[in-house]
Amino acid sequence: MVASTEAAVPLPRRQSALARFLKSVALLRESPVGMVGAGIVIAWALAAILAPLISPFDPNSTILPFQKPGAIDPTTGKVFWLGTDKIGRDILSRIIYGGRRVLIYGPIATACAYAVGIVMGLAAGYFRGWWDSILSRVSDIVLSFPIFVLYVIVISTFGASGLNIVLAIIFASAPGIMRIVRGLTLDLRNRDYVAAAQTRGESPLYIMFVEILPNARGPLIVDACLRLGYVTITIGTLGFLGLGLPPPDPDWGGMVNENRALAPAFPHMIVYPCLAISSLVLGLNLLADGLREISIRD
Amino acid sequence: MTEDARPPVLEIENLCISYFTRAGEIPAVKDFNLTVHAGESVGLVGESGCGKSTVAMAIMRYLGSNGGIVGGSIKFKGRDITHLSDEELRRMRGSEVAMIYQEPMAALNPALTIGAQLMEVPLIHEAVSEQEAYDRSRQMLADVKLPDPDRVMAAYPHQISGGQQQRVVIAMALLSKPALLLLDEPTTALDVTVEAGIIELIAEIAGKFGTAQVFISHNLGLVRETCDRICVMYSGEAVETGTIGDVFTRMRHPYTRGLFGAIPLPSANKNDRPLVAIPGQLPLPHQRPEGCNFGPRCEYFRDGVCGPNAIEMRDVPGEKSPHQTRCARFEEIDWDAPLGAGQVNDPIEPGEPVLVVDGMRKYYELYDRSIKAMLSGEGVKYVKANETLSFDAREAEIVAIVGESGCGKSTFAKVLMGLETATEGTITFKGDEIESTEVQQRPREQVASLQMVFQNPNDTLNPSMTVGGQIGRVIRKFGVETDPDKVHERVMRLLDMVKLPRDFYFRRPRQLSGGQKQRVGVARAFAGNPAMVIADEPVSALDVSVQAAVTELLMEIQREHGTTLLFISHDLSVVRYLADRIVVMYLGQIMEQGTTEEVFAPPYHPYTEALLSAVPIADTSVDKRKIVLEGNLPSVLNPPKGCPFETRCPRKLGAICETERPPVLVDSDTHRIACHIPLESLQAVEPVFFSVAETGSPAGPGAGSATTGSAAGE
Repeated sequence: MVASTEAAVPLPRRQSALARFLKSVALLRESPVGMVGAGIVIAWALAAILAPLISPFDPNSTILPFQKPGAIDPTTGKVFWLGTDKIGRDILSRIIYGGRRVLIYGPIATACAYAVGIVMGLAAGYFRGWWDSILSRVSDIVLSFPIFVLYVIVISTFGASGLNIVLAIIFASAPGIMRIVRGLTLDLRNRDYVAAAQTRGESPLYIMFVEILPNARGPLIVDACLRLGYVTITIGTLGFLGLGLPPPDPDWGGMVNENRALAPAFPHMIVYPCLAISSLVLGLNLLADGLREISIRD
Repeated sequence: MTEDARPPVLEIENLCISYFTRAGEIPAVKDFNLTVHAGESVGLVGESGCGKSTVAMAIMRYLGSNGGIVGGSIKFKGRDITHLSDEELRRMRGSEVAMIYQEPMAALNPALTIGAQLMEVPLIHEAVSEQEAYDRSRQMLADVKLPDPDRVMAAYPHQISGGQQQRVVIAMALLSKPALLLLDEPTTALDVTVEAGIIELIAEIAGKFGTAQVFISHNLGLVRETCDRICVMYSGEAVETGTIGDVFTRMRHPYTRGLFGAIPLPSANKNDRPLVAIPGQLPLPHQRPEGCNFGPRCEYFRDGVCGPNAIEMRDVPGEKSPHQTRCARFEEIDWDAPLGAGQVNDPIEPGEPVLVVDGMRKYYELYDRSIKAMLSGEGVKYVKANETLSFDAREAEIVAIVGESGCGKSTFAKVLMGLETATEGTITFKGDEIESTEVQQRPREQVASLQMVFQNPNDTLNPSMTVGGQIGRVIRKFGVETDPDKVHERVMRLLDMVKLPRDFYFRRPRQLSGGQKQRVGVARAFAGNPAMVIADEPVSALDVSVQAAVTELLMEIQREHGTTLLFISHDLSVVRYLADRIVVMYLGQIMEQGTTEEVFAPPYHPYTEALLSAVPIADTSVDKRKIVLEGNLPSVLNPPKGCPFETRCPRKLGAICETERPPVLVDSDTHRIACHIPLESLQAVEPVFFSVAETGSPAGPGAGSATTGSAAGE
């Protein structure tokens, strides 16, 4: 074959990673459900980031207890939009700051659980045999445990701290992620491009992380959104059980717990934190639905 | 058109079908006409995306939620069915019009016995008694030549083979005595020898049941064997219609002619009559050109004549039966001029042996952990995937390994590539024994010089990497180049080599067509300057015209580099065209090997003979003896003790075939046959192929043997 020596066709510019990311985001516009979900999630994220600017009061300072929503602070003249709790802290400000905790620990815990689950799932699905048997049995054992008993044991033994909550969530979620990754790997490992990589002597690590993992990303991204929702609920529940992050910093689940005895008289004290949790989870679920819709269409 | 006395079963007039998508209306079929009479079968031929399946779906009125008939009429027994209600359609489908699909397993319900599924048809459509339904179903199974119909009636779909499943599907379709049968690639998923049986059955249906048939296929050879008339489709339009004889011998549309030039007919030869691919690509439905759809790919295109107005179907004068073409210039074109540039290649002298396989065996162990097996001491069973393979391949030679599914050809490729290790014997590649070295332990140069082209174009490239990235990785991995600029330069040269534009570098596989993906696969295999390339059915998943282009490309590069090509295939017509030598495998063993001429002429191994007879040939000047094999491929877990082919062999001698391994008969230096039949008797066998005179009556030495052959096949 004659190699053409002259500079022939000018090369098109390679799309930058950012441009490609923006293009996939633009795809989401095709799904109204996904757009609503993304809107809710982005709104919460912005609220958490801008918390010091937008929250009307300091979340931990006690101002005036038992205020109904819409009451006015006589000293500053500012409005308690969502009322105050039993020791007089502004509920709106606490919800805004509480979002920070969920939106920091939730994604960290989910990402770590994914890291563990992906490694386990790839190894089990790619090597099969003994690796598969051992990893699958281990995850079966973990999955057969009542999850909350597990949380209570872990956190009451090691103490309630951010790190322990993340570790507990990794322990509980990684087996489920491993099962998904393993299933995808079992399918993808039979593709010809994997065989092509094997026949040129690529290492198993390269094949697992470069040839297989990127092609499993579609279902994994959808699952990650859903799982982030579950983790949000888990963090809320742990807070409610008193196993969450230590006070006094605001925590949505903790807020419900602190005020639950007063719920019949002052429903606003628990209704709004609950709404915060469910709206974020709903947003994540809708986003996952939208992503799934797009990934099927593509 | 000459009048046919029989009333037409199906009349399609000016049919237009569109799909409505997000991007707007996409016309799938335009101005389509077709008439099918009772007892007649019409072949609908074209490449993927030409609209042939859409027509079939429209006849069933089953276009899905986004498809619709936007013009014209479909008359079934004189009644226009384009406006039937759902209830009326339900009564028509399955009882008056029946359809047979490609994948028999998907057409049968795995949870019901075959008897129950068959009986359903008369029970629902005709409300007969259970006993009558059973009797009729059983009789129909016997009619489609299924052995032991009672057993099949009680069996579940997974308990019978693929060929038997397709026979059941055909029986089910015929049970309600439909007036029209639609067959959508009914044999594509089956093995060649099984296909031959189904084709014989389909060809008999029309005569036996008086059913009109529409046979959809991409395979011209199959259409020739089953149909009376043919309708060639291109880009949503019928471009040529006529009888098989007229269209196959006097085609009057450049596309039809291009198709015949692209398939390996017996007259094609890789050295002096190479295949000619149709240039260009099928236009997307919303990007069709003005005027003649085939215009941009046609060497006879003339502005003003072939466009901008749409071309109408016109009659070819001087034909006895109706013959129409959608070509504006068919009367001016010299139809006898040779296709293509008439390029002549010199035959290649093969060099030293590159690969020597000697007594190679590959057994898989299968552990039976049941208590019974442990007690009887038969806990381990062996799957004999490859049994004592011995052959060699020389430099610059094309060796084909031929066999049906389960013959062990893919296992052999795996051992060769180092993905598995051999159980016994040796494989010597360029002087090094490689049979027990896994690919990771092989030196880099060895890995680079033994590469592979894969079968499935949609699977061969990693969807999340760019084309350039994938080829570049191979270059770096094999240490051909390390400097990024040089790697880039080399990728560009490889893209040139496989005739792809350089700006494909940054494309991702989903932006490429099937043929383009296979080209990238070829570039990747040749990136490390291999001494030998294994091609595992590299073109079988591609369209006819693309197959020719990829086949020619592969051979051109192989010729250029002096590479040895190990071509694994089940398609004997492709193999005859390109291979220098052929190895025929059955159940993990070599039945026959020799040069292409030797394998295609007597003496044959009886299996080779059956395999050759099963190849559909789209050349009306060549006929063949029909040998249809009985029975199914035996299980590899429990192969016959003697000759593996003994259970299906039409020339079986007797007990010796069942008990003893056949000796290897040496016909010449290169030609070997493993058979108990003495060489002299095999040499006396008539050739499978013989030429026929223009009139169509068999002539020559094969005429007498045609009956002998089929008798032996019973």
